[in-house]
Amino acid sequence: MKRYAAHQLVQLVVVIVGISMLAFAILHVIGDPVLLLLPQNAGKDEYDRYHKLLGLDKPVYVQYWKFASRAVQGDFGKSWYTDTPAFTLVLQRMPPTLYLTTAGLVAALLIALPLGILAALKRHSFVDNLCTAIAVAGQAMPIFWLGIMLIIIFAVRLKTLPASGYGTWQHFLMPAFTLGAFLAPITMRLVRSGVIEIMNTEYIRTARAKGVAERTVVVKHAFRNACIPVITVLGLQFGQLLGGAIVTETVFAWPGVATLTVDSIRNQDFPVVQCAVVLLALIIVSVNFVVDLIVGVIDPRIRIGA
Amino acid sequence: MKTVSAGGEVALEARGAPAARSGARRIALRRVWRFKWGVAAAAILMTIVGGAVCAPWLAPDNPLTVDIQHRLSPPVWMDGGTRTHILGTDQVGRDLLSRMIYGGRVSLIIGVAAVLVSSSIGVLLGLAAGYFNPRVDWTIMTLVNVMLTFPFVLLALAVIAVLGPSLVNMIIVLGIADLPLYARVIRAETLAIREREFVTAGRALGMSHWRIIFRQILPNLVSLIVVIATLQVARVIILESFLSFLGLGVQPPTPAWGNMLGEGRVYMLNSWWIAAFPGLAIFVTTLAINLMGNALRDWLDPHMKL
Repeated sequence: MKRYAAHQLVQLVVVIVGISMLAFAILHVIGDPVLLLLPQNAGKDEYDRYHKLLGLDKPVYVQYWKFASRAVQGDFGKSWYTDTPAFTLVLQRMPPTLYLTTAGLVAALLIALPLGILAALKRHSFVDNLCTAIAVAGQAMPIFWLGIMLIIIFAVRLKTLPASGYGTWQHFLMPAFTLGAFLAPITMRLVRSGVIEIMNTEYIRTARAKGVAERTVVVKHAFRNACIPVITVLGLQFGQLLGGAIVTETVFAWPGVATLTVDSIRNQDFPVVQCAVVLLALIIVSVNFVVDLIVGVIDPRIRIGA
Repeated sequence: MKTVSAGGEVALEARGAPAARSGARRIALRRVWRFKWGVAAAAILMTIVGGAVCAPWLAPDNPLTVDIQHRLSPPVWMDGGTRTHILGTDQVGRDLLSRMIYGGRVSLIIGVAAVLVSSSIGVLLGLAAGYFNPRVDWTIMTLVNVMLTFPFVLLALAVIAVLGPSLVNMIIVLGIADLPLYARVIRAETLAIREREFVTAGRALGMSHWRIIFRQILPNLVSLIVVIATLQVARVIILESFLSFLGLGVQPPTPAWGNMLGEGRVYMLNSWWIAAFPGLAIFVTTLAINLMGNALRDWLDPHMKL
């Protein structure tokens, strides 16, 4: 177990360094920050002065080292747009994003668990085919379009839910469902195949043979074991979930990290973009690390295989 | 059979030969019936591709012609709709149907081109990781895992924001965003094939690595690659339209489903059709591609692990 944890930890560090390099490269290698900062009619002298001021005359690795050593202390520089530290800005926007991700995950489970189990128990029936059809359609659905359609139906036409914003539980309904619809198809397929596989095992047959009620067999014996692959994949899909949250946030004007990032990209406010990218990566990687450890404890096959 | 008459027997025998032929036809038909969804999806997809290719002849109007007098006119079946604009017009009076037909061009070109980029690089990485020594494998797979854990929407956003949203940049960024999946799947398959007898034989005969990889291993992976590539076109189309939706992809006035949806969002309070139809086009296209990809998988290799 120690070796497995160490292996995962090395990968964690590599991933974080990799992402920080990418975030650094976004501004310093691909673009020229001086051109972004200076007005268009600035002369050569002005350009050189700023070039030096930002430390861009030094070699790239020195610049990266400076960026990285500051970033470790939470210093990503000030926002070019609002003159507040980028770190504070991003941190302020973090809670709404995390709430949305959690709500989306819950919504996905509320959709996927019942449908997946039902489809598995009534295999090849009409219900199963219907669930498969829903999953296939859900996977093809661009969720930003789904979100807009929900707004048009529930906010514009029926006037039952707020179109965008943040605050009350009504604000959560449409974004959570949208994000849930993004994650539900794959979760449903996993639950279905997991339950089908387990319903064919010998301990289920034994449970039935000794006269355990079918309901208990499904809930206690099958479902609990079917949860393991679902937890694994959901944990590892956390990055995807956050990606879906980015899309959802922009549709519903949710005041989270994603809207901040998209706005900062529009304003070319790169310290904020870099900070958001690195912090999000840090969260994703930590979640993956924890999930890997939990899975390693639950299922020894994985930790030995790695 | 109730009545067994001599005539009947004779008639049966005489019909023997055509019966066999119709039996073969029935088997062929049944095979097609098994893939009915895939066939239907392929037909729909061909219509969409055909529409995009023949856009100048098919579109009722020039997609860029502004007709400010008929701005925000609703589809033909609604009050105030005119037959000249079947799906209505947008905020400056451009014909929505024509823009939809033209908009398919962008999505399809970017989708296919990005998949060509990602599949060629991804397959090469996967082959190298699976075939060569563990150090190469570790390096490539760590890189791939970095990319897999991170929501690429965010990084693609940032990179596009710096590079600028041209068609070529979109293809490169989306192509790179899409590559980890190929690398992972191809690596796993290569690891398995590498141990097969014919590869050992090839090695014993003194074949070069180059020849073993491209002449012995790659041909065994073609159907897998074709299936993944087909399915990934749908994913890239969704990602592309999201970027365009945010205004960071294909730039107006060039019609693309994504930017039409983004522009239509502003007017969804009164003119829902501007946002609804382009999104529907994305949905139908990706659904058709997914269904066709699934059918292709079942047809080429029902045991494919995907």
